[in-house]
Parts: sequence; C-alpha cells; structure tokens
Amino acid sequence: MSIVDELAFPAPRPSGCPFDPPPAYRRPAARLTLWDGNPCWLLTDYQDVRTVLSDRRFSADGRNPGFPILTRSQQELRNETPSFLRLDDPEHARLRRMLTTEFLIKRVEAMRPGIQRIVDEALDAMVGHGPPADLVAEFALPVPSLVICELLGVPYGDHAFFQRESFRLLDTTAPAATTRSAFEALTAYLTELAASRRGREDGILARLAARTDLTLPEVAVTGLLLLVAGHETTANMTSLSALALLQHPAQADLLRERPELIPGAVEEFLRYLTIIGSGLPRVALADVELPGGTLVRAGEGVLAVLSTANRDEGLFPGGEELDVTRDARRHLAFGFGVHQCLGQPLARAELQIALSTLLRRLPALRLAVPFDEVPFRNETVIYGLRALPVAW
Amino acid sequence: MHVTVDQDRCCSSGQCVLTAPEVFDQNEQDGLVRLLQDRPALALLPALRTAAALCPGGAITVTAPAAGGESGA
Ligand code: SF4
Repeated sequence: MSIVDELAFPAPRPSGCPFDPPPAYRRPAARLTLWDGNPCWLLTDYQDVRTVLSDRRFSADGRNPGFPILTRSQQELRNETPSFLRLDDPEHARLRRMLTTEFLIKRVEAMRPGIQRIVDEALDAMVGHGPPADLVAEFALPVPSLVICELLGVPYGDHAFFQRESFRLLDTTAPAATTRSAFEALTAYLTELAASRRGREDGILARLAARTDLTLPEVAVTGLLLLVAGHETTANMTSLSALALLQHPAQADLLRERPELIPGAVEEFLRYLTIIGSGLPRVALADVELPGGTLVRAGEGVLAVLSTANRDEGLFPGGEELDVTRDARRHLAFGFGVHQCLGQPLARAELQIALSTLLRRLPALRLAVPFDEVPFRNETVIYGLRALPVAW
Repeated sequence: MHVTVDQDRCCSSGQCVLTAPEVFDQNEQDGLVRLLQDRPALALLPALRTAAALCPGGAITVTAPAAGGESGA
C-alpha cells in the first residue's frame, strides 16, 4: 500500500498521452486525503473496482457518514434531493425501475432510424458551413442533445441555456455559488416543464410527472440526471473517439472497410477512453477485504477508478493501446453493479451511428490544428474536448 | 447445461440480451430479464459465460455439465 497525501479531482493530466488515465491514478490501492481533509481509499485495480461497485456492502448514498465528497460543488449540493444515482436499494430500485422500460434494447433499436436522421442532419449542416468546423459544437454535442431532448420531452430550442448550466454544474473548479445557481436554474426549469407536461403522453418527463408515487422534486432531479448524463457523456465520447480515430488512421481504414466491426470498436473506445474522470465514490457499510488484499473498514470512503481498471493487462492484454478488434466488452466504463448506466443501450446506438456515419461520409476528415493544440477539458467530472477543429 | 436468472438482482442493463439473444429477453412491462430457454444448446456456453460475467447485477447463473471439466460460471 502506498500513501498519497492529497489529490485534486479530477486528477490533472500534466503530460504524456491525453488519452491515458492521469498518472496520479496509476498506483496500487492507496489512502489519500480529500480536499476537505477527509481520508479516502483510491482503488485502481479491476477486480477491486468491480467488487466495490457490485457488492452491496458499499453504499452509493451520499448522505452516509464517511461518503467521499470529491469537490466543493458536491459538498454544496449534499442536502438536495438526491437522484437515484446517490441512493441505495430499495429507494434506488424504486426510482430506477420507473425508467427501465424507456431504455429497453428493443425500444432503443427502434430509435435507430431517428438517431441516424439526427446524425445526418448535423453532418449536412456542418459540411454546409465548412471546412473547417468544430466537430464538438457542430456534431458531437448537438446529436446526443437532440436525442435526449426528444426522449425527455425537453424543447431543444432551450439548448443554449441547459448546455451552459450543465457545464457549470459539472465544473469542479467553479465557486460554490455557481454550482448552486446552476443546480437551481436547471431544477426550476425541469420542475416547470414537468408540471406543464402533466396529462400528456409524449416524453419521459410527462410520463414521470403523471405518476402519483413521485414528488415533483423527484421528477426534476431524475430529469436533470438524464439530461446531463444524456448529453455530456455521449458528446465527449463521440468527440474523443473521433480524435482517437484521427490519431490511428490504420484503424479508421479498417473500420471503413469492415463496418461490422463498429459495435466492438465502440466498446474499445469506451474502455480505452473511459471519460469518468474522478472514479466513482462509495462508502463501506461493513469491513470488507477486497480481492487485491486491501481491508476497507466500515465507514471508510472509497473511490473506484474506472480508467485504470479498464487498462488491466490481465483482462485486456496490450490494453495501453487502442485496438478496435479487441473484445473489450468486460470494460467498466458504464460502471458496474446496480448503478451501472441505465442509458447504455442508447449511448451505444448513438456512438455506433455517429462514428460509422462520420467514417463513411467524411473519409478525408483530418485535424485542422496540431494535435497538441486540441483543447482537452479536465475541469469537469466528465473528461472530454472543449473543441475539435477539423477539416475534410 | 442449465441457466437461471434472479429477477431481484436484475437492473435491466440489457447486457444479456446483447450477448445471448437466443436465451435472454427483456420484459416489456418492467424491463426485467426474461429467460427464453433454460436448457440451451451447449454451443451457447461461451456466450452464456460472457453474459453471466457482464451482468452487473450478478443475476445470471450458468451450470454446465460436470463432464469435460466444465463448472458453473
Ligand atoms: S445483464 Fe443482468 S442486469 Fe442486465 S438485463 Fe440481463 S439479467 Fe438484468
């Protein structure tokens, strides 16, 4: 075991390959001190991470004593109505199960033509303006944003507002007042929208608002979770995957020749890029000895780092390299256990369609700036790109 | 070979349906796993092992015949 004194979240990526996990996470299980002076375990090993996320002796409830609070902004929202992401069963299951039919594999498959249309229209518009173009602003962000808006029943016309506020909500460097105002603006917006949708059938918000077993704040935080998670994660996965393909032209060629490799390639991008920058926080409810030998005692906080787990050499030989032909399905990029990403079928469909269409329609896609001038963003809990200047 | 699912542990991730659609489906009313056949052909064993390993809820149990050194997943 090694001791780390203090670690900011997300950890900085000072040098080296920006696709790699931060060097600070590349260590065995370690004790560290969080920004608020509280201790916490940093767990980076695949089996340890998988155990923490699936063993019910670890709680995801942020109100439990010892639960690691990673940033000032999380501290600021600690007493707000939690989304189901921050609850344990049975409360978690009660709220989550209201949404499971929305993301059934068959239901998402039926959405593919609609997603393809959104992807094609975004590319048409981008090609109409460019080159050059910013692939984040014109493609990677609008596509999932349009999809989740349609699904939720949120007017896309408001996107400038909720994209700005979600970014502020996730910005770990923002002052507490900014986090609070972003949270309040978004929940007020969604509460009003949900209330106005009562009695209608279209969209998840309307279906949630119609339920008598949910309070309006519960509807609003559930909507907030879906809205933020729905566009921030997929947008950053899309732009980072596109950049990774530009950096690996032979693999891009292979995918153009063999489009049937796309679903597997998406799993590899999820594994290799793992965009959840800070690791997932949990607190032990009992003494647990982890597979790697670490004894976590009841009341101790842990951070399960997904990015290093997904580079495990035993499971993913040569895992430091991108290889779109690898079987990467055991990655933990969507988390694991009962909290594993609910929207993963949708995320997969969006990524598969967006990347295959990009490869097919813009075979000459290239970076419009040198690689080291591409602006990565590390200040939010979801890693990604601020912009991706491209030409074709 | 025998497959069982524990619906109480299912969190509707759909990983099983993606991995072995011959054996698993999702219930359209509640999103929970639905077993299409509990004694599938032995040829499906690798896919079923993968499905059991991928299941985030640990809801899938695969019992393979003892002959040939196979054991439960
Ligand atoms: S993989 Fe497991 S949790 Fe996911 S739907 Fe199948 S049984 Fe349920």
